[in-house]
Amino acid sequence: MKKLINLPDRVVEEALAGMVAAHGDLLRLEEPNVLVRRDAPHQGRVGVISGGGSGHEPMHGGFVGRGMLDAACAGAVFTSPVPDQMLAATKAVDGGAGVLHIIKNYTGDIMNFELAAELAQAEGTEVASVVIADDVAVQDSLYTAGRRGVGGTVLAEKIVGAAAEEGADLQAVKALCQRVQDNARSMGMALTSCTVPAAGTPTFELSDDEMEIGIGIHGEPGRRRVKLASADEIADMLVAPILEEGVFARGDSVLAFVNGMGGTPLIELYVVYRKVDEILRARGIEIARNLVGSYITSLEMAGTSVTLLKLDDEMTRYWDAPVHTPALRWGV
Amino acid sequence: MPITTPDLAGAFRLFGERLAEERDALTRLDQAIGDGDHGINMDRGFQAVLGSLPTFLDDGPGALCKQVGMRLISTVGGASGPLYGTFFLRMGTAMGTAEKLEPVELVAALRAGLEGVIQRGKAVPDDKTMVDAMRPAIEALEVSVGGDWQEALASAACAARQGRDRVTPLVARKGRASYLGERSTGHQDPGATSTTILFESLHDALATIS
Repeated sequence: MKKLINLPDRVVEEALAGMVAAHGDLLRLEEPNVLVRRDAPHQGRVGVISGGGSGHEPMHGGFVGRGMLDAACAGAVFTSPVPDQMLAATKAVDGGAGVLHIIKNYTGDIMNFELAAELAQAEGTEVASVVIADDVAVQDSLYTAGRRGVGGTVLAEKIVGAAAEEGADLQAVKALCQRVQDNARSMGMALTSCTVPAAGTPTFELSDDEMEIGIGIHGEPGRRRVKLASADEIADMLVAPILEEGVFARGDSVLAFVNGMGGTPLIELYVVYRKVDEILRARGIEIARNLVGSYITSLEMAGTSVTLLKLDDEMTRYWDAPVHTPALRWGV
Repeated sequence: MPITTPDLAGAFRLFGERLAEERDALTRLDQAIGDGDHGINMDRGFQAVLGSLPTFLDDGPGALCKQVGMRLISTVGGASGPLYGTFFLRMGTAMGTAEKLEPVELVAALRAGLEGVIQRGKAVPDDKTMVDAMRPAIEALEVSVGGDWQEALASAACAARQGRDRVTPLVARKGRASYLGERSTGHQDPGATSTTILFESLHDALATIS
């Protein structure tokens, strides 16, 4: 294992300390391992928090700031944060109008957020939550933990954060978040595995001529392992199952998000984006907005994911609204 | 031969030591069908428990179990934190404020813990989870608790091992292993494995009390 770390057990804490050192104008650190918007709470405004295992940077801490998240809880690498963290975050951002929890659909995340919500409500804070489950690689059936929350989470946090910033109430913010979830679909793939610092060995093995289609963001294996293909073929493999969902139709406007898994250079993401754009044009689907870059990663994994979000006017307006966070910044 | 707070603390200490020994093995199992952190997370949580254990001994076994559960919820994360945390919390609640426990009371507390795990995790038999080791172990204890205590604990550890191995060929239906579908068959479940270590630790720590 070759990594830019000091001690495996210190990686998360030291990274958070670095974020605060770099972005102290935007965020502050509260115990235990919670990044909070520097000027939170905002009286009378809904607080929006999220959180999850570390190793997906910039998600979630990089999205704390004006117009996006009010706080983010950082768990150990690929491990859900503990309820103490979500409770601390909820209290730190509670301006009296309630707090929305944006939760990615993983068994551990759900249980820990549930425990935290019970505790926060017992202490008098109104909490609503929305579970993001946009990964089409997972069969959504009674026999699995359900679809995973992946790229759609980034889009939900941006759009919902903008609505909260403008003063939408908790029910409206929750309904908007649910609408983003219902209209977003993602699919990812990996060219290489990744190594959890504390584990020291790669989570899975892929030979030089193989790739994993339908990968999650924790190095958990995907839908199938196949021979390496060209970027255009990979873009096809990712977009086809998304379009099969029946959510996107000719004439729709979408936000297309081509994401890097952490170890893939931007030049390759644009090669993929070019093909995604071509596929959607051929289908008569308009890319009204886009995002290209590594925003929800899996440590040093090489690979990409594609997320499509069917936009409506309200979502588009909130997407365009000013945002000022370590990782996303426009309109300010 | 009632079970005292120090007896139970000894069982927690042994479980924590075994988890530390098995940390890498549990993580390797989880790398195969999960996200490769089960051993790391359990070890981190139980290191925290062992560090605080001396401060948990002032009251009865129930208070000890509750504090262990709270500590795990606060330190483990993932699904294992809420599940093992809920297990020990519910055990503690079931034990009440008694200063010592008869074996039958410990078994009733274990049953309450199991119900808590099922409620929190919503696993049913054969989902290939910790429940598949925990349920048979507790059922074995319930059947045999009236007889020889050492044999009862041995039968529980044996039932846990058999439960763990019985679901290895099955398809996982809960947690991150469920994403693998058919590819999860043939892999030993990490949660059922750590639960088996728990019942082996209970046997080794409590079988000799008299």
